[in-house]
Amino acid sequence: MLCQNCQQREANVHITKIINGVKQELHLCEECARENNEFNINIMNPFSFASPMSFQNILEGFFEMMGSSYQIPEPITCPVCHQSFDDFKRTGKMGCANCYRTFNSEIMPIIKRVHGNIQHTGKVPKRTGGILKIKRDIERLKEELRIAVMNEEYEKAAKLRDQIKELESKLDK
Amino acid sequence: MLFKNHSSDIVLTSRIRLARNIDGVPFPQKLNQEEANKVIKDVADSILNSNSAIAHEFRLIKLKELKPLERLSMVEKHLVSMDIVNEYQRGAVLLNREENVSIMINEEDHIRLQVIYPGFKVKDAYDYANKLDDLIEEKVQYAYDGKLGYLTSCPTNVGTGIRASVMLHLPALTLTKNINNVFNTVVQVGMTMRGIYGEGSNAMGNIYQISNQVTLGLTEEEIINNLIAVTKKIIDQEIKTREMLFEKQSAEIEDDIYRSLGILKYSRMLSTQECLNLMSKVRLGIEMGIIKDIDVKNLNDLLINVQPATLQLIEGRELDTKERDIIRAKVVRETLR
Ligand SMILES: [Zn+2]
Ligand SMILES: [Zn+2]
Repeated sequence: MLCQNCQQREANVHITKIINGVKQELHLCEECARENNEFNINIMNPFSFASPMSFQNILEGFFEMMGSSYQIPEPITCPVCHQSFDDFKRTGKMGCANCYRTFNSEIMPIIKRVHGNIQHTGKVPKRTGGILKIKRDIERLKEELRIAVMNEEYEKAAKLRDQIKELESKLDK
Repeated sequence: MLFKNHSSDIVLTSRIRLARNIDGVPFPQKLNQEEANKVIKDVADSILNSNSAIAHEFRLIKLKELKPLERLSMVEKHLVSMDIVNEYQRGAVLLNREENVSIMINEEDHIRLQVIYPGFKVKDAYDYANKLDDLIEEKVQYAYDGKLGYLTSCPTNVGTGIRASVMLHLPALTLTKNINNVFNTVVQVGMTMRGIYGEGSNAMGNIYQISNQVTLGLTEEEIINNLIAVTKKIIDQEIKTREMLFEKQSAEIEDDIYRSLGILKYSRMLSTQECLNLMSKVRLGIEMGIIKDIDVKNLNDLLINVQPATLQLIEGRELDTKERDIIRAKVVRETLR
């Protein structure tokens, strides 16, 4: 086997290490192995999102806990990217956005476990989410209206009602 | 009291990263070269051909067109990730002139946008990232779900797709081993902490990164505010620990700081590890007002310039370990002269 780094000398040093929380096997020549020690410093990548290790741990723990009951009766694959749920179990990665729909019932409990939550409350993209944003604004205004009425702030309530009407008319278009 | 303490000294940098994907296109690991190139083109267009003033601050770099050392140096500068360097055939990055904003294309997600600001400026960094995000979205339709928010390759990033983080210099908490308590506290409030150079208690240079773990169910503002609150607490503890140490052992600490400066100024060979640890002591000296004639900016530059790949780029040739130690010492001497 040739050294993975220089592709020139014979690989006679075999290292298994955790880089960035992910187990990696390295097959290097002696010279590159010595070098690798130092490069290791910045391979500990300060840049990566979260630590994949903890997610993999969660996943493994999760599937262990569910035991054999957590089998999909028929192997489903995503119609868009052809990834199977087994692929996800192995890699921890979805193949495409549609995978979230295809594997909805399997993935939701995992997401709930990772985030403690399954409802996005943050930014809504202007284009894609225009309607969603309006709906959420209406919900928020209705809550404000309820409080205003409770506190007998009728002037404020009237204003809020107008705002809600205006937004609702946008939805009807 | 003879020393000053500014929180902006303890916080080296603040950064925001957003993960986004294009609707209807499989995630990067499923793309062939042609499809990957199309993603690069579409994302690049959204910035470079926008009518925003931001447009001509950016240039597109295709990673396969760089030399291996140049790619590694970009990792050392925190401009790209090791993951995208490993997949350099399909990856590209939009980089601004100041080199504090990078938009990685075809990493784990189609788009990973990052803004780094010096000092404790998480909100400012987010404001800029948010603006760029809006600009890209004018041309690119994002994969988004009303319930799960922005959809990402890994479910750990869905929702806001945001990682907000700060890089902190915590020598006193490390020295007194209180850093382990900090680790535990940070985890309890849904965040993560790691050494930037090396892991856990082996963190070299006493520099740590704290970032949010949860991305779904909280707004960007809530996530950022949580990070700021936790960071403030840690800064507070670091300062208190420094004061306590200094009260008990001011002579020893001053001695240690000046000895470290002496080694950095005069040694002829420096390993990365020794170099990072000595620089931490000198940084502490500057932050405490003990060393007055060295600009902390020089140390920030050195933090990148002493890394192996960047060092070899500066020298313009490949170097073995021993040569690197020699050149590293030279670069440090010349910077601190
Ligand atoms: Zn080799
Ligand atoms: Zn799919």
